[in-house]
Amino acid sequence: MNKIFTVVAAFAVAIASMTSYVTADEAKRGGTLRAALAQTPRHLNPAVQSGIVTGFPGAQLFATPIRYDENWNPQPYLAKSWDVSDDGLTVTLHLQENAVFHDGVPIKSSDIAFSLETIKANHPFKTMFAPVIEVQTPDEHTAVLKLSQPHPALFLAMSSQLMSIIPEHVYGDGQDPKSHPQNSNNVVGSGPFKLVEFVPDEHVIVERFDDFFMENRPYLDRIVMRIIKDPAARTIALENGEIQFSAFESIARNINRMKENSNLTVTPEGYAAIGPLDWLAFNTAEGKTSDVRVRQAIAYAIDKNFILNAIMLGTAQDARTGIYPGGPNYEPNVETYDLDIDKANQILDDAGYAKGSDGMRFALTVDFGWPGMKDRAEYTKAALKKIGIDVTVRASADFPTWAKRISTHDFDMTWDTVFNWGDPVIGVHRTYQSSNIKKGVIWSNTQQYSNPEVDALMEEAGKETDQAKRTALYSKMQKIIADELPLYPTNTLPYHTVFSNDVGGAPLGIWATSSPMDMTYLK
Amino acid sequence: MKLVFAVIQRVFYAAILLLAVIVLNFFMMHLAPGDIADSIAQTMGGADEEIMKEIRADYGLDKPFLTQLGQYIFKVAQFDLGYSYFYTQPVTTLILAKIPATLLLVITSQILALIVGVLLGVQSAKNPNGISSFVVSMLALFGYAAPVFWTGILLLIAFSLKIPIFPVAGMYDVMVEGSFFVEALDVLKHLVLPVVTLSSIFLALYSRLCRASMMEVLGSDYIRTAKAKGLSRNEIIYKHALKNALSPVITLAGLQLSAVVSGAVLVEAVYSWPGLGTLAFNSILSRDTPTILGILFFSSLVVIVGNLLTDLVLRLIDPRMRGSE
Repeated sequence: MNKIFTVVAAFAVAIASMTSYVTADEAKRGGTLRAALAQTPRHLNPAVQSGIVTGFPGAQLFATPIRYDENWNPQPYLAKSWDVSDDGLTVTLHLQENAVFHDGVPIKSSDIAFSLETIKANHPFKTMFAPVIEVQTPDEHTAVLKLSQPHPALFLAMSSQLMSIIPEHVYGDGQDPKSHPQNSNNVVGSGPFKLVEFVPDEHVIVERFDDFFMENRPYLDRIVMRIIKDPAARTIALENGEIQFSAFESIARNINRMKENSNLTVTPEGYAAIGPLDWLAFNTAEGKTSDVRVRQAIAYAIDKNFILNAIMLGTAQDARTGIYPGGPNYEPNVETYDLDIDKANQILDDAGYAKGSDGMRFALTVDFGWPGMKDRAEYTKAALKKIGIDVTVRASADFPTWAKRISTHDFDMTWDTVFNWGDPVIGVHRTYQSSNIKKGVIWSNTQQYSNPEVDALMEEAGKETDQAKRTALYSKMQKIIADELPLYPTNTLPYHTVFSNDVGGAPLGIWATSSPMDMTYLK
Repeated sequence: MKLVFAVIQRVFYAAILLLAVIVLNFFMMHLAPGDIADSIAQTMGGADEEIMKEIRADYGLDKPFLTQLGQYIFKVAQFDLGYSYFYTQPVTTLILAKIPATLLLVITSQILALIVGVLLGVQSAKNPNGISSFVVSMLALFGYAAPVFWTGILLLIAFSLKIPIFPVAGMYDVMVEGSFFVEALDVLKHLVLPVVTLSSIFLALYSRLCRASMMEVLGSDYIRTAKAKGLSRNEIIYKHALKNALSPVITLAGLQLSAVVSGAVLVEAVYSWPGLGTLAFNSILSRDTPTILGILFFSSLVVIVGNLLTDLVLRLIDPRMRGSE
């Protein structure tokens, strides 16, 4: 154990020294960054459109009350400082006095209140601001958030793209904010860059907002985000320099090819808060997978190393729980189900699932939510054959087809990718809460897992403001879940940020490109 | 007079056809599992019961199927294609914005494929068993058989990465600004690889068809007469034979206009060409019913108009078609 720790520590030191080396360059003003987006955003208003695609332009156009550094520490942004009352029920934000929207109108505390109300009503992540009862605005530069219970998740929820501050004088005109015409055109934002042009399926162009409240920021004059959906074409564009920057690259072969290019930096850093995980989810309410022994046997029969090395080609990290590794609430010491075919067979024998004359015990189906997961679904079939489970791989024509199947609980097992979205309250609880078993809603508790103890632990951790106590609660929860196995996490999604060597200050914090790129520059 | 009647008849049929296209597609979209609320959840990375309900109510998806269909037909009759669920913009605006790019790509590819295809076809028909005929046939077969995305990526690796002369993606470089000539040259540079890729499929069709048709014509009596008259070989081939051999090629070219949507989807995807194909692909994946129906409505129009135009062109070049008037 000690040895592992030493290795990890040495590795961390090495990474840290590399990071300081990278940031040693002097930041320079000016220039246009040529970046890529892998999908077209629906529109550019993150207050009513979540997701990493809108996140990239959205976090440039809109500022949030706070931001985070790469070590999970909250930093001032639109709020230059904040106080939390001793009972944790009042959070006071002191706003920047010189902050203005892109149309020159000052950003006031009433805009904070308006933005929060809009997000509360229209954003799918309801848990972010559910405990916020009201936002008081004693003066133009002070916003007081009154809470019904202590809510430590609030700080991550006030960062990145999650609490974009939108102007009340634009979006408060009575139109539905979800389809407001100024979500795509003439966007009036609060962030370091303002919109030049958004052409769906072509590009988003933003340029420096000269009256941005942070002095000398941003460094870049412009960011041209070109929408290039084909991953192979994007790889070639990065290799030949047509594109200088791309985030969320996830195809192992392309990542490894770009790593060989000395003009490019390819790094998995920067995704800790987004927290994308791949897992095999089980239907815990119906069929053979409702038996915990069956789920455990399946986990023992799946070779994680095969997934990490043969399928992900070494680009992904080991994931053990539903919380992204490395974060403040992660518990690595859980049951890991290392490959053990004999044990898996033994468990099934003991549970009374005898092998038939064909060597098979019973049949199951496996789905997969994304085209890129087809090979691991095929692998699951091969792996489970060894323990006498006859698996049929069910392909879906597209995402809605799969979502319909899974959300209506018409499945045995499915491979899926789910994001943490910062705090466990936002992106983790939803997977296990028995109150969140909601037919028809994808990424609810579609496993239909129900354990009052886990519910209580999450409830308590959700309002625990002491981080050490909170970590202990989540640690216990992760251990129970690893034992009961409503899902078996295998790896982090190998998101990589790729940029050419003339790009400095790339967004490698915890929120990747869902954070302002005011510190990015061209060498 | 007969021509006018024929046109009126065609327009009447076209209207019925369009109605059928709408009803059929609406029905098929309805059959597909999942809807726009699911695909919005995908873009959001999460979902909420209330918000999904709200989205379905906003877009009228909670109403009975026939009500939805009736409302849609009523709107289309007023030339209103509705509002895109995914792009949150009017469908007509979206389609009109994407038409020029697709037309540029498809028409340039068609013209290139037609000219080169016909020339190759004629060339190989002159000496059907010769080596050049064999080479043309093989090339055509290869162009037709190779998957477009594969050809596309291969060309990108060759001419954007190894020999970097053409850009990888898009129709123009947003950073190039200048005179019309400078910008046109920029578009031209972006156009080369997509056009070569797309025309490689058509090229195969045209050259094979032209070859077969040409061989048939060259064996006919009037060519023998022309030879007997002592006309030169080129005069016979290009003036007498080709004119007749072209009919089937032009008919086929007219039909290929439907490729304004279908054929270009993959090429547009590989080269990030901002056209209708990309829009159609994205709309289908996201269950954006109004946009898909709008594109299908529009492409049906194109096919119908394309067929009309084909008829007219054939009447112009082939007197036999005018005979019945």
